[in-house]
Amino acid sequence: MTGELLFCAVALAGGGGAGLRFVVDGAVRARLGDGFPWGTWLVNLSGSFALGLMTGLAASTLLPDDLGLVLGTGLLGGYTTFSTAAVDTVLLAREGRHAAALLNGVGMLVVAVVAAAAGYALGA
Amino acid sequence: MTAARSSARSSVTSGARPAHLRPGLVALVVLGGTLGTGLRHGLDLALPPVDGVPLTIAAINVAGAFLLGLLLETVARRGPEDDRAQRVRLLLGTGVLGGFTTYSALAVDTALLLDDRPLVGLGYAAGTLVLGLVASVGGVAVAAGRRRTHGGTA
Repeated sequence: MTGELLFCAVALAGGGGAGLRFVVDGAVRARLGDGFPWGTWLVNLSGSFALGLMTGLAASTLLPDDLGLVLGTGLLGGYTTFSTAAVDTVLLAREGRHAAALLNGVGMLVVAVVAAAAGYALGA
Repeated sequence: MTAARSSARSSVTSGARPAHLRPGLVALVVLGGTLGTGLRHGLDLALPPVDGVPLTIAAINVAGAFLLGLLLETVARRGPEDDRAQRVRLLLGTGVLGGFTTYSALAVDTALLLDDRPLVGLGYAAGTLVLGLVASVGGVAVAAGRRRTHGGTA
């Protein structure tokens, strides 16, 4: 794939990932309500596991580089989000929900790193 | 409940159909996510990792956290969210900034660094998290201060 085409494919895949995040998050909110950002948890944890898996597959050369870039940097990069997780954590703290804020800030990252490592181990 | 969180809430409950099932709104998020991802990838290509540490992604995440705090608080402080404000929030917030920032790369890079250089991995994760939270607080505070200055409400 040429550089320009690959760049466009990465960006478009990111748009698809963002749309998927919006739909998944909305579906989770519709079921579990808005008291805690479970939708963002589902998105970020599943996305971290999937990127770990793909990185492992790429390391064992089972996944072509271009496809890995489109799916990893593009689709999963656009699917997962750091900004919402950070702002939600601050807003939870501002509501006085300090345990929920700690869980959303530190807890999400710890679980996501474990999920990423597990995915990598599975793919490598 | 804070203004910003209640405004995110109203998008689900207001209107005939939930926002995430309305094709036009999903399309706005896709458009924004395409732009945000393109910007992230472009910056990442221009400024590659330093000594194996993806500092560009960290800076992107911190900057995005600031801008999303600024955006959501600005929208929330305008009062009940109308259709136009919802579209702006979905295009720029959920779309552009959601696609610009990324959690999966943070998680995977941290896992790989922890395996290789534990202290660097710990510093990368903790640094991104702490700076991201500080940036979010800053963005919210800037929006709050600006609203007070221009809106005249204390």
